[in-house]
Amino acid sequence: MFRNQYDSDVTVWSPQGRLHQVEYAMEAVKLGSATVALKNKQFAVLIALKRAVSELSAYQKKIIPIDDHIGISISGLTADARMLSRFMRTECLNHRYAHDAAMPVGRLIALVGNKMQICTQRYDKRPLGVGLLVAGYDDQGPHIYQTCPSANFFDCRAMAIGARSQSARTYLEKHLSTFMDCDLQELVAHGLRALRDTLPNESELNTKNVSIAIVGPKTPLRVCDEAELTRFLALVEGEERRGGSGSATGDAGPAPDRAPGDDRDPQVAVAMDTE
Amino acid sequence: MAFMGDVLNPLPLWQNGPTPGSFYNFPGNASLGPVGRTVQDFKAHSANPITTTTTVIGLKFDKGCVIAADTLGSYGSLARFRDCPRVLKVNDLILLGSGGDYADYQYLKDIIEQKIIDEQCIGDGLQLKPKSLHCWLTRVLYNKRSKMDPLWNNYVVAGIQDGEPFLGAVDKLGTAYEDATIATGMGAYMATPLLRDALEKGPLDEESAKALVRKCMEVLFYRDARSFPRYQLGVVTADGVIVEEPVELKHDWTLAHMIQMK
Amino acid sequence: MSSIGTGYDLSASQFSPDGRVFQVEYAAKAVENSGTVIGLRGKDGVVFAVEKLVTSKLYEPGANKRIFHVDEHVGMAVAGLISDARQMVETARSEASNYRSQYGIPVPLKYLNERVSMYMHAYTLYSAVRPYGCSVVMGSWSEHDGPQMFMLDPSGVSFSYFGCAVGKAKQAAKTEIEKLKLADMTVKELVKEAARIIYLVHDELKDKQFELELSWVSKDTKGRHQLVPRDVAAEAENHAKQSLADIEDSDEGEM
Repeated sequence: MFRNQYDSDVTVWSPQGRLHQVEYAMEAVKLGSATVALKNKQFAVLIALKRAVSELSAYQKKIIPIDDHIGISISGLTADARMLSRFMRTECLNHRYAHDAAMPVGRLIALVGNKMQICTQRYDKRPLGVGLLVAGYDDQGPHIYQTCPSANFFDCRAMAIGARSQSARTYLEKHLSTFMDCDLQELVAHGLRALRDTLPNESELNTKNVSIAIVGPKTPLRVCDEAELTRFLALVEGEERRGGSGSATGDAGPAPDRAPGDDRDPQVAVAMDTE
Repeated sequence: MAFMGDVLNPLPLWQNGPTPGSFYNFPGNASLGPVGRTVQDFKAHSANPITTTTTVIGLKFDKGCVIAADTLGSYGSLARFRDCPRVLKVNDLILLGSGGDYADYQYLKDIIEQKIIDEQCIGDGLQLKPKSLHCWLTRVLYNKRSKMDPLWNNYVVAGIQDGEPFLGAVDKLGTAYEDATIATGMGAYMATPLLRDALEKGPLDEESAKALVRKCMEVLFYRDARSFPRYQLGVVTADGVIVEEPVELKHDWTLAHMIQMK
Repeated sequence: MSSIGTGYDLSASQFSPDGRVFQVEYAAKAVENSGTVIGLRGKDGVVFAVEKLVTSKLYEPGANKRIFHVDEHVGMAVAGLISDARQMVETARSEASNYRSQYGIPVPLKYLNERVSMYMHAYTLYSAVRPYGCSVVMGSWSEHDGPQMFMLDPSGVSFSYFGCAVGKAKQAAKTEIEKLKLADMTVKELVKEAARIIYLVHDELKDKQFELELSWVSKDTKGRHQLVPRDVAAEAENHAKQSLADIEDSDEGEM
């Protein structure tokens, strides 16, 4: 596909100053099903689309609780995510043990970022092939963070990652200004609409393939049960779907404009973001 | 449990003699580990303080806390160092007082100050809270004592936790508690009753709390042989932390002749 | 770079026949793709300004800062891969903290720079690791040493500077910095100049949105590194926008 002589190891810089192995790891995030995170003044919400490997299998878990005040939603290699989630849980527990207080979300993410960076620089390691959306609540209110295999992380007002997530991001960008002042019901409804935009035409959101987690003031992280899911799904039921306008590849950012005849290596949008 | 020695490989009963149970050490039991350890293999930690400081007093009032401690560093019964400040502003929310081994306090003080610098470097605007520091001190002191190598201190943490006054103590064993009045060392016997008496009569404001603590420092100076007339007082309220310059308390020993020693 | 693709440019532990280590040069390329960072050293302190490019509307304003505190008295502005840069920040912080615990005083910037440079350099020696894809600028002010500033490259080389620029528009920024009489200027004046330069060199066509980050460490801040207060920063930013508009006006006038 993109093969060139500079993409075999994570320790090799390309002449353009890029790390192809890291960029390929970014692609792994787009293989997972989509997940959306957004927040208002009080609550942070994770909404994920679950996949089942076969008709006989259960749906793959997408939301992992970390602590009473933090939850993550994953896209990419689940096994890598489990490693990260264990690390995050340990850090949160240690913080509680030593300080009798919840770990501030931003600080946890900074630790995760530094941990993920190590394996983007060593010959005997590979970058983690997973992207996380982290929803958390601390003294400074609700937070949404996005982490990438490049060990970058972003403090977001709303975000979507995973397959076909560009459509969800388009929706989120369009309604971004309304999120802060809407109530929890509306917020979840927005998230569900964003997630629905990533679906192929023939499929629908239902209680089986959707996961929702909510965290907020005096609201420990809660992964919604089926009854609650049904109530939330009812909020957007029967609405007309705005056709899947997003690209099917689910690029993690706006594709850079490229002049015709520009035959450089294909640009992966956020992968090597040095900004 | 270092004091028990190596349970699996006990020392010989006398020099070059058999070890307890050695007659049962049949071939094959040797895998239990190296034998023939010497006394040097066991590490002895210091088991007493050297330069010490005495009482710390902590008192809650309606809008904050006050802490006081004198500035004497005693070397046994010798009043050796006259300027050992031990009321510390940790950040805008926390005031810390310490009694006991002064070197151990300085050691931990450096660590706490670095903790605060680390936090300022993160720059997320979050500040260490008194409950967190109290908990952290408990963990540190308990861990050290569990290694039979305690930090020989009493700590009093005062601060503002989510708008409310907080006052807690930790001792060298890791025993921790919160209370509205705390006095460590000799003060635990002599100042605590005074503080509790006053508190039972009704809530205190800042001025009456300070006056009460000053009175306690005076009483302690007369009665505690390891005390000193120069002391420091610190106050923490929602407005922040203030540690006063050391002040000298007035003392009058003209009554001393009335005390008869037989 | 004629040796590209000849197989001598795949490892940091290999020289090319003409005596270069290409992996280090490639790492430096990563820095040049980054938003511009400038550091100005005046007579009473050091000012940092960063053009932080914002790639999505969904990010919180002020997220992913590129200026860090290393210790109370040392600031660090970074260009290049932000995740790599954070490791350098961590390294510098632990060096500063170790020095403090050993000697009980804030680490002198000269010494800190040496330690961080050695760390950066170590990653250019082995095939098992890659060089860091970031450059960092460190600054401090002290009564004893006055203002000090160092810039460190992915190669592990560092120099002390009066003014430096790194990132996308480093050439244009350098040209502007050279016009300043740095040694005579105070940080208050430098903040305005720094903001103006960042606004001037920002390429609106290629990178749409950016945030200006400003920090300083000076005599007035008592040697503490801090972000420039909001009102001062806003004033500098307005000044920058104004002078940019003036240039555009005069350009049109000439046409």
